[in-house]
Amino acid sequence: MAVLLDKSTRLLVQGLTGREGTFHAKAAAAYGTTIVGGVTPGKGGTNHEGWPIFNTVHQAVAETGANASLIFVPPAAAGDTVMEAVDAGLALVVCITEGIPTLDMMKVVTFMRGKPTRLVGPNCPGVISPGKAKAGIIPGHICLEGRVGIVSRSGTLTYEAIQQTTQLGYGQTTCIGIGGDPIIGTTFVDALRLFNADPQTEVVVMIGEIGGTAEEEAAAFIAREFTKPVVSFIAGQTAPPGRRMGHAGAIIAGGKGTAAEKMAALAAAGVRVVRSPAEIGAAVKAVL
Amino acid sequence: MKIHEYQAKAILARYGVPIPRGEMAHTLPEAGEIARRLGGTVVVKAQIHAGGRGKGGGVKLARSAEEAEQVAGQMIGMRLVTHQTGPEGRIVKRLLVEEGLEIAREMYLGLVIDRAAERPVLMVSPAGGMEIEKVAAETPHLIFKAYIDPATGLMPFQARGLAFSLGLSGAAARKAAEVMSKVFETFMATDASLVEINPLVVTASGDILALDAKMNFDDNALFRHPSIKEFRDFDEEDPLEIDASNYSLNYIRLDGNIGCMVNGAGLAMATMDIIKLAGGEPANFLDVGGGANADQIRNAVRILTSDRNVRAVFVNIFGGILRCDILAEGLVAAVKELNVALPIVIRMEGTNVERGKQMLRDSGLNFTTADAMDQAAAAVVKLAGGR
Repeated sequence: MAVLLDKSTRLLVQGLTGREGTFHAKAAAAYGTTIVGGVTPGKGGTNHEGWPIFNTVHQAVAETGANASLIFVPPAAAGDTVMEAVDAGLALVVCITEGIPTLDMMKVVTFMRGKPTRLVGPNCPGVISPGKAKAGIIPGHICLEGRVGIVSRSGTLTYEAIQQTTQLGYGQTTCIGIGGDPIIGTTFVDALRLFNADPQTEVVVMIGEIGGTAEEEAAAFIAREFTKPVVSFIAGQTAPPGRRMGHAGAIIAGGKGTAAEKMAALAAAGVRVVRSPAEIGAAVKAVL
Repeated sequence: MKIHEYQAKAILARYGVPIPRGEMAHTLPEAGEIARRLGGTVVVKAQIHAGGRGKGGGVKLARSAEEAEQVAGQMIGMRLVTHQTGPEGRIVKRLLVEEGLEIAREMYLGLVIDRAAERPVLMVSPAGGMEIEKVAAETPHLIFKAYIDPATGLMPFQARGLAFSLGLSGAAARKAAEVMSKVFETFMATDASLVEINPLVVTASGDILALDAKMNFDDNALFRHPSIKEFRDFDEEDPLEIDASNYSLNYIRLDGNIGCMVNGAGLAMATMDIIKLAGGEPANFLDVGGGANADQIRNAVRILTSDRNVRAVFVNIFGGILRCDILAEGLVAAVKELNVALPIVIRMEGTNVERGKQMLRDSGLNFTTADAMDQAAAAVVKLAGGR
């Protein structure tokens, strides 16, 4: 088993005809993902790399039976693109785009309330269920089908956790990059809920960073109802306050959102918190 | 992006938020001229991107145009140190000269996005003129909040409620509620990430004005606000950070001696953390992004080695999309071209890693390669002269 993505996923790529869209759609298809087509307004009716292109998501869904979408659309239009996918009723939408204005994302999450779609991202590397399917840019060759669930706000740190758990032979059920923006679709708590219900996931690696309170909310959830061991690393223990560290959401503001607070909250919830990203694999080994 | 107080006030005024009469001055004669036009007592305020200016001597009263010129003479060119500038302070280059007002009450108003609630939150407090973090820590019952539904905007009942919690009544309460709705309008229309009016004052004549104003903007939304983008003041930024931003490199200067070059913001932060754990101090945060090209790598090497404090460099790359051999090629070319003599420790993982390492070893340059991040960190700390 895995969460979010598996062999039944029928993936649509919004922005498939762009450079990034083309590159990653081909990589996902080569990994074994079923990609059913693309959406590029104005290019409907054409073909791209053998895939049919549609003008709207509604049309694409009607003709291909797509149940998920992957978005590579520039930031100015990306919010609207997510809402189009949500409006078409897709179960899963993964938005890779970095740089979407915060107020656009606020509109998106407001629009999504009460609707069944799950959004992952934006500003994330996407999702991969090793051996089954991938929607995003996580390199497939570092993954191994297995028993660790990974959820992370950072792309390259997701790869570190994947690499370390692959090298130890544990492998992963699903890896979810939830994104580095202040307002995102799937949160740590949402991802933990999915992993809690997945019988194959035996342990979860959760990689957080400075800014916001998502890790504290996850800690409260873990203490309350999470049944599996969790290993965590929080990036930005040495970050200066008031500076945005690359990700739009990685900022210590008004003395809040420090790594120290997050690490303390997680440790108090029984999470094995490591101080170095090099220790993630060893910590997984220790709790399994 | 941050802007100056006088710019924030100009934006707020455009949306109908009342502000004191005043103008910006670069020079002594300009300051005197503005004071003469305003008449009576004026306030001269140093314009830097940091709070706490009053305590550092950056806000002064002047009773005449001559005195205003004199005060301006003390302020322009001064190194203003506040709790937000760090010990190096900021050089004052612009002043705001404003009419002096008789103030009956000082209050606080702030508007930000609450990330957990995924909506704007308007905060007011009768404890104006103080640092809001301090109020929140010591007297949290003096902060009143309204969470704003993005679908409806700030509702009149919410603004009214907040005005009453400030202890206002009658015309003052009405005026305060109006200011709140205009501040919200400004926030949404300009893609602000913060509006802070501290203090928001009630004058002796019963008017409500923004006596101070701070606005920050969402960098990701600046593309649709060209007029706000023009407010960027390069004098307030580190020259190396400006240099880096021209090449889409995310660089933040810190005060250690180990230069870092990393792909991905999370790994870049983690690299700083692991250097510190190994007993060293990072000189910078530098994220070259997921698809760095040779030009970006060269500029990254140039920028991080032009920080004079740097004694050794740590390159930490997880090659997913960025292939390790491409990185190695770029790195070798950059180090040769720029004649970098500093020791460089490289830890690479991912696609084509063996080929990349071989290219580094064959280059004959001052490279040390390591397989594990912690070993690499220990090596670079040693080379930088720490521990």
